[in-house]
Amino acid sequence: MNPSNVLEIKGLSVEFSTERGRLPALRNVDLAVPAGAIVGVVGESGCGKSTMIHSIVRLLSPNGRVVSGSIHFEGSDLLGMTEPEMRSIRGDRISMVSQDPMISLNPVLSIGTQMVDIQYREKLDKSRKRARAVTMLQRVGIPDAAERLDDYPHQFSGGMRQRIAIAMALQAEPSLLIADEPTTALDATLEVQIIHRLQELQQSMGCSILFISHHLGVIAELCDLVVVMYGGEVVENGTVRDIFHRPMHPYTQKLIECDPARMVEITRVQPTIPGEVPDLARLPAGCIFSGRCHLAFGKCHDQPPALAGQDGGHRARCHLTDPGPGT
Amino acid sequence: MWLYSFKRILLGILIIVVSVSLLYTMIHLVPGDPVKTVLGPRASPELQARIHEKMGLNDPLPVQVLNFLGNAATGDLGVDVFKNKPVSTIVFEQLHHTVFLVLAGIGWAMLLGIPLGCFSAIYRNSLADRITGVISVSCIAIPTFVVAIYSVLLFAVTLRWLPAIGAGDGETVRSYLIHLVLPAFSVGLGWVGYLARLVRASMLEVMGETHVRTARAFGLTERTIIFKYVLRLAILPTITLLGMGIGILISSAVFTEIVFSRPGIGRLIFDAVTSRNYPVVMGSVLVTTVLFVASTTAADLLNGLVDPRIHHRGHE
Amino acid sequence: MREPSPATPHHATWRAVWNSLKRVLREPLGAFGFFLVVLVIFSAAGADWLAPYEANKIDIRAKLQPPSGAHWLGTDQLGRDIFSRVLVGGQIALKVSLVSIGAALLIGLSLGLVAGFGPRWLDNLLMLFFDSVRSFPTVMFALAVVTLFGPSLTTVMIVVIVTQIPIYGRMVRSQTLALRNAEFILAERAIGAGFIRIVTMHLLPNVVGPLLILASMDIPFVITIEAGLSFLGMGVRPPTPSWGTILNDGYSYIYNTAWPVIAGGLPIIITTLGFTFLGESLRDVFDPKLRREM
Repeated sequence: MNPSNVLEIKGLSVEFSTERGRLPALRNVDLAVPAGAIVGVVGESGCGKSTMIHSIVRLLSPNGRVVSGSIHFEGSDLLGMTEPEMRSIRGDRISMVSQDPMISLNPVLSIGTQMVDIQYREKLDKSRKRARAVTMLQRVGIPDAAERLDDYPHQFSGGMRQRIAIAMALQAEPSLLIADEPTTALDATLEVQIIHRLQELQQSMGCSILFISHHLGVIAELCDLVVVMYGGEVVENGTVRDIFHRPMHPYTQKLIECDPARMVEITRVQPTIPGEVPDLARLPAGCIFSGRCHLAFGKCHDQPPALAGQDGGHRARCHLTDPGPGT
Repeated sequence: MWLYSFKRILLGILIIVVSVSLLYTMIHLVPGDPVKTVLGPRASPELQARIHEKMGLNDPLPVQVLNFLGNAATGDLGVDVFKNKPVSTIVFEQLHHTVFLVLAGIGWAMLLGIPLGCFSAIYRNSLADRITGVISVSCIAIPTFVVAIYSVLLFAVTLRWLPAIGAGDGETVRSYLIHLVLPAFSVGLGWVGYLARLVRASMLEVMGETHVRTARAFGLTERTIIFKYVLRLAILPTITLLGMGIGILISSAVFTEIVFSRPGIGRLIFDAVTSRNYPVVMGSVLVTTVLFVASTTAADLLNGLVDPRIHHRGHE
Repeated sequence: MREPSPATPHHATWRAVWNSLKRVLREPLGAFGFFLVVLVIFSAAGADWLAPYEANKIDIRAKLQPPSGAHWLGTDQLGRDIFSRVLVGGQIALKVSLVSIGAALLIGLSLGLVAGFGPRWLDNLLMLFFDSVRSFPTVMFALAVVTLFGPSLTTVMIVVIVTQIPIYGRMVRSQTLALRNAEFILAERAIGAGFIRIVTMHLLPNVVGPLLILASMDIPFVITIEAGLSFLGMGVRPPTPSWGTILNDGYSYIYNTAWPVIAGGLPIIITTLGFTFLGESLRDVFDPKLRREM
């Protein structure tokens, strides 16, 4: 493991056992989050983003199983840890902000109670913990934080709730924050506010962020490095400049073309990538994207390409950019 | 919230008025003079007339219904012509026995059923969970009166551990409580099953919700998550079930009071029906209906208090 | 798990029924329930030639006897053979259940359709009726009906029918509402399909399965009502045997002999458990989403 990385995932494969058989939701995923960096993960829904973050904190649903691979965090192997060891990391060294702020907080406990509860590791009395909670809420921009500490989640707006979720996640000053589409459920103005707040907090705390989104604009604005996922595989990774200025994989190219924020012409219908996300139960023999790829040729349909390119730099999983060892 | 409560209470009163009027009307539309049935065919016409007058049976039916409801609102439920005693006195002499029985029954059922449901949910699909499931279904399926009779057979007749008949000598609390054990057991057994199943199902549902995953992602201990974050939500449907279940509870109280020859409102109605003592039937049906409507309404409102989400909905 | 959409009619063929039955039988509880139910149905159906004695034949010299070769479950306080009475009692219990559940199902189906297709106010009114009936103490209602009509088998059936209508009515209503706005129904209506056609072609195939499962799960409850009312002396009139009256007779002599009480209670337990286990397995196999609606 590279010591400058906070998180390093190598060859991670995850399966779900379902009525339709075993679904290989993640296959051979590599990902690294350097200390102090913000890494974005992009992909359509169903590409395995959520499965990946649930594997990191080891909270996969009961029918999910890590088949192979390793996840190292600050030098220790997360997959080899006992449950109590893992629990001591969750919420303390790694914390999460999840997608929908309307359902990610407990509806029958006040936010004060929930924020005090997650400080159970600190040896402080309750009033000190409440004071810390208020400070954190103020930092994320909740007005009248002290008065609103005993309010319930439903008494806050969606944007406020997501701020609260961020406050909760950052309260323990973790070294890695995993943000699972934290702005998807919010409107554009709120999104910008929250992204900026997140950026400020990240800089002052010096933590790393793994930022999941399908919104390219947000990724471009916030992240240093980008990982593009498709159908349970990493299809391309690199710096923000690499990905947005020199995309190598046809899927990434299509994603950028279809991003509404980048469109020059005004069209009535938002362009989308034709075809559907591959069925995990019946994966193609060759490249995972071959079914939808407008550049696919013979080899694409029967030989899976490897992730190739500069070591540790810009890499893509495509036969077009990687001629392969034989040729 | 206030508006919602107000509407809910109004609906409750409406249900009481409608059902009692219907029953009153039905009793008096049935061919045959209730007074004649009460006094027997050989009663003198003068006596019949006097009782008629006393029961207000000479007024037109709607007036009678209105009178009955109006009097009931002031606490006057009419007079039992047999004993020449106000029906309200008779009913309230019996009511507390039934209330104690129902509370004791539901009490032990909650003490056992809710933890059993939690246990099943935490160890779902284990052997213990499956066994608990089968036992729960069986508890629900076997009727109260069979449970009551079999428990008399086992604990009173065969083992002679506990008394089977009555509500004690009426002097010591201890004797009252000892006489309450078997009836409360019979009333509560089915509820152990109901509660265990309901709590299990609703715990499993809550455990699948996103905020529980969030709580886990904060590294909270399993104990905190289950007892503070999950149970508090999962317990809500049981409040509604208990409120709605008062109907079933009253039904089982009737059987239990008869099997154990216990005094109580169920026994009172049963005796009144058997002897066709209409004023007592009407009075006690009214009281149980009020009890029933009050408890369902209370459960609804309580749910609103405990669950801040409903509270909020009322504000809008 | 993905819920089967209410809009896709599933045509139950005999083959599918047989396959589902096999799945029920593969589960231990389902198989046990099925065994008990078959036992109960056969003994009730064959009661007339299985019963060694005439159910009401009094032999006062042989009263309150324990089980023996001559009387398998002993005799009651009038010397009647309890085994024969239990068999005939089962026949009566099943007859009451079938007739009254059938009637409740048909009325519930019609009311459910009315609530689902009819105007809003009628729907609200029917729902209010369903809710009140469902939660009102059954025994209170039964006692009221008995006060009016006197105790009899008919009274029991009236009680059962009225109290069970909401179970079926609610189910049909929710299916109807789901179907009413389904796209293909709107399309059919647009091309002028009538009410009858929509009901018979689309609604019935969807509700028949769930209705039958509900009915099978309802049987133990109805048997309980019949036995319970008869136990209180408000149902079947003596000397006609019913499990409830056998229990009641036996209960008066519980200090003399335990056998009549055991013999009266056991068939009730066997039947309710059998139908409950079978019904639950049927529901889990056929229609898992029904579980949440109940």
